[in-house]
Amino acid sequence: MKFALFTGCVAKGATRELMLSTMKSAEGLGIEFIEMKSAACCGAGVVSEKNPILADALNARSIAIAEEQNLDLVTICSTCQGILKKTESHVDSDPAYKEKVNNVLEEGGHQYAGGKIKIQHFANVLGTEEGLKLLRDKVKRPLTGLKTAAFYGCYVLRPSELSLYEDPDNPTGMEEIFEILGATPVYYDSRIKCCGFPIIMMNKDASHDMAGNALIDAIDSGADCVVTGCPLCHLSLDAYQPEIDRMNKKGYSIPILHLPQLVALALGYSPQELGMDKHIISTTRLDTILT
Amino acid sequence: MITFKIKRYNPEKQAEPYFEEFQLDVQDDLTLLDCMNEIKWTLDGSLTYRMSCRSAICGSCAVKANGHAILACQRQVRHLVKDDDTIVLEPLGNMKPIKDLAVDFKPFWEKIDKVKPYLQPKQKAPEKERIQSPEQFKFIDDSSTCIMCGACYSDCDVLEVDDNFLGPAALAKAQRFVQDSRDEKTLERVKELSKPGGIWDCTHCAECVERCPKPARPFDRIKEIMTVALEQGVTNNNGARHALSFAKSVKSSGRLNENIIPVESVGFFNFKGLFDLLPVGLRMFFKGKNPPILHKSIDEVEDVKRIYRELNE
Repeated sequence: MKFALFTGCVAKGATRELMLSTMKSAEGLGIEFIEMKSAACCGAGVVSEKNPILADALNARSIAIAEEQNLDLVTICSTCQGILKKTESHVDSDPAYKEKVNNVLEEGGHQYAGGKIKIQHFANVLGTEEGLKLLRDKVKRPLTGLKTAAFYGCYVLRPSELSLYEDPDNPTGMEEIFEILGATPVYYDSRIKCCGFPIIMMNKDASHDMAGNALIDAIDSGADCVVTGCPLCHLSLDAYQPEIDRMNKKGYSIPILHLPQLVALALGYSPQELGMDKHIISTTRLDTILT
Repeated sequence: MITFKIKRYNPEKQAEPYFEEFQLDVQDDLTLLDCMNEIKWTLDGSLTYRMSCRSAICGSCAVKANGHAILACQRQVRHLVKDDDTIVLEPLGNMKPIKDLAVDFKPFWEKIDKVKPYLQPKQKAPEKERIQSPEQFKFIDDSSTCIMCGACYSDCDVLEVDDNFLGPAALAKAQRFVQDSRDEKTLERVKELSKPGGIWDCTHCAECVERCPKPARPFDRIKEIMTVALEQGVTNNNGARHALSFAKSVKSSGRLNENIIPVESVGFFNFKGLFDLLPVGLRMFFKGKNPPILHKSIDEVEDVKRIYRELNE
């Protein structure tokens, strides 16, 4: 399997362990990722607040770059995934708009064709029949006894017409991956909710409350760790967990993993190789469960 | 046979709500509201809920089915029934239950009132109607379809933690006037909507889009107000500063500069805001998790800059 990898900004910035573990997962699974080094930031739905066509032009350009390589595009961030799918939908559904966007791209030598390649989150790739078989074949260290709570990242679920999950109100894609890895999925209501990160600069208390409610829900449901497909959720749930706990006064603490870290752990990589020592909330308690 | 697990509540009899099960042998092409009526008319006349038109027009019958808000008259039970042949019914969220499935809409209506849901033209009313072209109407076509059912309000993740948030319904209603060609209070409106509890408190999670039974799609409307607010120069708030900083960062390097954006969002002279950023910044620094100080550009960043220039940004 060979893909164009749209890394997103955060995997190259505040969550470099996501990039590290993505590449380790790919190595362990024999997946080839060609990093899209000239792709621009997806804009996170924020650039489009300023100028909607600007955001679509930047994203159509990124999709066009993958089209030129004739490779399906893989994201490792729920936000990038949701935003790229939005651009795809905006441009594909309106021929006049598509022409306008392509006129903007023309001078740079790119043209968005549309319908040529798939835009998928890494979790969606692993969740296919082929992906699950690959995982099954390559698991070296089953994560037996580890209770994992998925936190999808809302942008991959809603709006549902752009989601790659069959039932975005009750997705099972990540949990299916957990089972193949030998872990025990924990189902809890908050797994499809928003982590609050997008308003962390505007309404910090509400943002932390949203993250806190999700964490409490996961912990009360018996999870040993939360696993997310979105580095922004990771920042909200991990980097800000001390603040959240100060607000909640519950004294809870739970490690937050990136999905590729969980995958690579099962492929036999060590937590250090996956940058798990970089997390704010220590993941060492998971070592005891896994040994 | 379908089992309806309905959350019952009657504060005059019992302080705490409880679930009661009703079984119906019904065809699965009936709507949920048909079934609720059947329960009320044949099994328990005290079951309380709102309903009127039965045609997804009046917006009265919104309830939570299996955890998500829907219009009861708009959904057939076959699309709701779970593997164990049950449907769980609860009152809408984010509002206080009055009795069974009926909730108190007072805060919902207060927030609608807050956005001044009426035209504010400066000139006196003309003798005939104020004409709008089809192109002008396009801007408010979708938000005009809102039937005030409260489904978006019920499931909004922000309202769950912050009562102060105006919420998706009121903000969608606000867009209907912000972008109405006949309204002349655009600037005043977006100034008001840019305050805490307004547009910038929306997380973009699109839960409201998912629950909206009409094409109103509140989050899409909120985004439209954000764009108008920035166009109107209403930028002295964290949300607007965040959007401007974000767009500027992508323009200069093709990527987000995570070191700069929090500082520019709270504002350089907002010492409290900057001080609040310190703990998480230091925590990340000591873990070696801080974004690289030397911010690298993407390859072909000149093409990104050219796109900005071409779009006058």
